[in-house]
Amino acid sequence: MLCKRIIPCLDVRNGRVVKGIRFVNIRDAGDPVELASAYDLEGADELVFLDITASHERRDTVVDLARRCAEELFIPFTIGGGMRDESDIRKVLKAGADKIAINSAALANPDVINRCSRRFGAQCIVVAIDAKLVSSGEEKKWEPFVHGGRTGTGRDAVEWAREAVERGAGEILLTSMDADGTQDGYDINLTRAITQAVGVPVIASGGAGNLDHLVEVVKEADADAVLAASIFHYGTYTIREAKEHMAAAGIPMRLK
Amino acid sequence: MIVIIDYGMGNLRSVEKALEKVGAEVAVSRDPDELRRADRIVLPGVGAFGDAMANLEKRGLVEAIKGEVAAGKPLLGICLGLDLLFEESDEHGRHQGLGLLPGRVELLPTNLKIPHIGWNQINIRKESRLLAGIPDGSAFYFVHSYVVVPGEESDILCETEYGCTFVSAVERGNIAAFQFHPEKSSSLGLTILRNFAS
Repeated sequence: MLCKRIIPCLDVRNGRVVKGIRFVNIRDAGDPVELASAYDLEGADELVFLDITASHERRDTVVDLARRCAEELFIPFTIGGGMRDESDIRKVLKAGADKIAINSAALANPDVINRCSRRFGAQCIVVAIDAKLVSSGEEKKWEPFVHGGRTGTGRDAVEWAREAVERGAGEILLTSMDADGTQDGYDINLTRAITQAVGVPVIASGGAGNLDHLVEVVKEADADAVLAASIFHYGTYTIREAKEHMAAAGIPMRLK
Repeated sequence: MIVIIDYGMGNLRSVEKALEKVGAEVAVSRDPDELRRADRIVLPGVGAFGDAMANLEKRGLVEAIKGEVAAGKPLLGICLGLDLLFEESDEHGRHQGLGLLPGRVELLPTNLKIPHIGWNQINIRKESRLLAGIPDGSAFYFVHSYVVVPGEESDILCETEYGCTFVSAVERGNIAAFQFHPEKSSSLGLTILRNFAS
């Protein structure tokens, strides 16, 4: 049976991880490769690296990150952050990333999804959506935001997810801006709206504060994977504890 | 020396790094002569079946692979490299494969999401040196839309469930191949590669 996935997310600035302080047995808690390997050992199914280096300095850091991870990491990993066009994406994939995540670039120029999906395969194109509930008058909708959540697009996140998949996205990485940072749990309604709208895997992100939240978003919103940062970085739970908890709730998990 | 065949299909770097990690001496090559000098051959690959066969033929690799396998050299196929070992595929039209094993390649017969992506369990159907140290029911990382349907039941090494039961690994003599990616399957994947390399 296909397992549900647990995906720790690492924020990287200038080649260094900016969170992730709990591993006591590693030499350098800022080294993305060393941290990633520690998560692999613990049973992480996949990793996501988000390069949050200031955009004018970024181009090369993201390729270098992909290259270094590919040397030492033997689970699939996704790199996101600041890739603008097909040539940026090609470089990161060629450097060894299994998948790339695009957000602002995809909304600014949706054709990039079609071109990259055709050229590199849908399985390596993840469209990241940062969505926030907005209301205009009576009407409420989830709106995708770009540029790290600073700029609204006026669009509808569910519509956009559907369009992104039609254009060739192989997976949706969905972050609820309302839930992110609250530790109150994933946004079940938003996640369910997206999983019902698309036929590709959806990774739920934003709001994980305890292990029941992971179970909830898989069972109630049909998420294929759960992404979390703080609960793993700060050592609230280990990946293994999370997987055992999910498995005990009847969810198929990879347990070594 | 293990030679990873480079025929322009997909990222070979992760296969190369994983084999290096388990201590193998590795070269990536498209040169049929280098294939002949290798002790072992890996046929990796991601992408379309028809393009893959065309690229192998263009580079003179079809005859080289067949010759070396017939001479008894160990061959490991991964993902598309598994599919190519069979006689034919219906992927985007009908294509002839290498025909090293009887059988064909078909679209995953399931109403579940395709491609089948993620960690899924293998059920081991026969003994194999390559699976030493791998518990039955272990999970490996898959990314594929097509599956092989072997003509010879005794070639089946593992099966996996995804809306149906499909063949996730085969082995016959010096030929072994996996639908999943050992190079992306953490420590158990590396165990398979170490078994192949030693």
